Amino acid sequence: MSADVERERPRHEDLVDERLVSWYFLAALGYMFISMLGGFLMGFQLIRHNPLRGIELLSPGRWRMIHTNAIAYGFLANAFLGALHWAVPRLALRPVLDRRLSYFIFGAWQVVVLSTAVGIMLGQAQGLEWGETPVWIDPLALAGLLLVAINFLAPIVRLRGPMYVTLWYFTAAFIWTFLTYAMGNFIPQYFVSGTSAGAVGGLFIHDLVGLFVTPLGWGLMYYFVPIMLKKPVWSHGLSLVGFWGLAFFYPLTGIHHFLYTPIPMFLQYGAVISTIAVEMVVTTVLINFFVTLRGATGALTNNLPIRWFYTGMVFYGLTCLQCAFQTTLTFQALIHFTDWVVGHAHMVMFGVFSMWLLGTMTYLFPRLLKTDWYSRTLCEWHYWLSALGIGLMSADLIVAGPFQGYFWASLLPWDVSVDFSIPFWAVRLVAGTMMFTGLLVFLTNLALTWAQARRAEEPAVLAAAA
Amino acid sequence: MFEKKSGVLLIAGLLFFAIAFLSNGLVPILMYKNLKEKTAEELVQGNGNLRYQFEDLARRYPESFKTAFGTPPEETAAREAWLNQKCADALRRGRNVYVGEGCWHCHSQFIRPVSNEDRRWGPVSKSEEYQNELQRPVLFGTRRVGPDLCREGGRRSNDWHAVHFFKPTMLSEGSPMPEYPWLFDGSPDKPNERGFALIAYVQWLGSWQESYPYYKDYQASNVKDVKLK
Repeated sequence: MSADVERERPRHEDLVDERLVSWYFLAALGYMFISMLGGFLMGFQLIRHNPLRGIELLSPGRWRMIHTNAIAYGFLANAFLGALHWAVPRLALRPVLDRRLSYFIFGAWQVVVLSTAVGIMLGQAQGLEWGETPVWIDPLALAGLLLVAINFLAPIVRLRGPMYVTLWYFTAAFIWTFLTYAMGNFIPQYFVSGTSAGAVGGLFIHDLVGLFVTPLGWGLMYYFVPIMLKKPVWSHGLSLVGFWGLAFFYPLTGIHHFLYTPIPMFLQYGAVISTIAVEMVVTTVLINFFVTLRGATGALTNNLPIRWFYTGMVFYGLTCLQCAFQTTLTFQALIHFTDWVVGHAHMVMFGVFSMWLLGTMTYLFPRLLKTDWYSRTLCEWHYWLSALGIGLMSADLIVAGPFQGYFWASLLPWDVSVDFSIPFWAVRLVAGTMMFTGLLVFLTNLALTWAQARRAEEPAVLAAAA
Repeated sequence: MFEKKSGVLLIAGLLFFAIAFLSNGLVPILMYKNLKEKTAEELVQGNGNLRYQFEDLARRYPESFKTAFGTPPEETAAREAWLNQKCADALRRGRNVYVGEGCWHCHSQFIRPVSNEDRRWGPVSKSEEYQNELQRPVLFGTRRVGPDLCREGGRRSNDWHAVHFFKPTMLSEGSPMPEYPWLFDGSPDKPNERGFALIAYVQWLGSWQESYPYYKDYQASNVKDVKLK
């Protein structure tokens, strides 16, 4: 009997390669550091006080691209891969296809991200937003994504019976990420130009958020939240609505990035309607998670990862609501090209997905290092600096946006809109400093926790040696 | 179906993605398949406005021009062809500089039919304007820190652009635009190859328009007056 149970429930050590999870998380935090440095450079440039001006390799224009790419492919991708190496084998009850392959992917992905950063720094960027990776790296990155899909799909495919929600999201995300990357990086570069390329580029920008980052993020939420709250997600039916609604409507929204362009108007209308549909789907998912929290709201104060997660969900609700408005043609006329959109992008990328992943790290590092956090207070500081920082930054930019739009429409000289924006850009720099300080606090806490884990290990090693 | 691997993989993963690509990607591709994509050489052909600017660069900065592009042939027809080819090369190179420096993240390249944009910049953008190899991938842009550039050609002179790229605040006080001294050999009157290319590219933007701002249509015969030492 006990042998059967043993076979049905493989041991955690056989499933999860904890060292690899830590490596991915450390790499992710390193790239977040680099990305934020890039943000600072551009931030200082905008308020006209760039101390490093006139240096080719430190040009703010180039570092602005490193800023976004390091977050998308350095921080988010690495952190997701780390979390996947924890969650997928535990859910599928089988290890990934091959551990050596896992390590190979880890190395290859770091090569991809680093060469992207170096390529952009040398001025070889590709003219595709969120896909500035120089063209010679694209095939390599695509091969990496294929290996990732194979490595993780192997245990999932062998699973019998219906799958848990998390695995729907993950399975679809592996396919979508590969297809999205291939579509966005190759079609507008080698096959079509002009307006058609714009349509595909719009699909790429949005699919990257909607079909790579979003499903992996929600998959992790469906996995970690019930575990931490020790209760199931409220409604299985709503999670079905959430997944299938996302799968159907999200890919159709891409063109909403290019409204009022020469792209045919009926396609623009289609994208607008799909975007509003996505907002409704999102609402069902949020209802599901917030009702799950009912009776366990105490976790928001005493369970730090849960607080990270639910703060991210609040931002998710805000950012999707904002999206449903800004995608309408009325709003677009005013806010397109302004800082409103920049505020939106920061709220999604940091306020939602980075929050979820930082919460995941806050939860997993003590388990990976087999010791509590060195300081709970520093963890709190990390949370509050990040949450208040991103709140301030988004609010600041979203308020600045409509003003910029009205200044431009008023036909006042362009400089007037720039002069008006300077105080807002200064506030944004303050907000960025808060987020950056939060990261430094987290890294410090992590280093101290690491040292603490080493100290705890030493006596055991000595005892074993004696 | 909804909770099974096959459903998630085939319907959500592949089918829905394919539907979106077919409806949102393939439809415009098919709609515009008869709009021929122009090469950089074809863009230079017959574009007197652009050729005027390119030759103006040769006149203004003769030494630097020779360093960047070499010496043109003596004979008139050969020189014509030479200048056309160099101009096309400069457009391609200039586009790469424009992309590599991230210009397109702060300057858009399309005029919308709303928000008084046609009054600020000129005619609303049309599909055929983007049907050329320099719009691979298309540089619509999504943010304007600085103004839109797709009607920029001819609005300002070449030496204005040279000084502005070298140090924007010399001409536009309070501009948050970064400096690009590496496009020059030490001073704004000595553009290097990348500098020439970027200026030519910016002067090309909108040069195909009938309502091109300042310059009358260029007469090809003027080329005899160009003295390249």
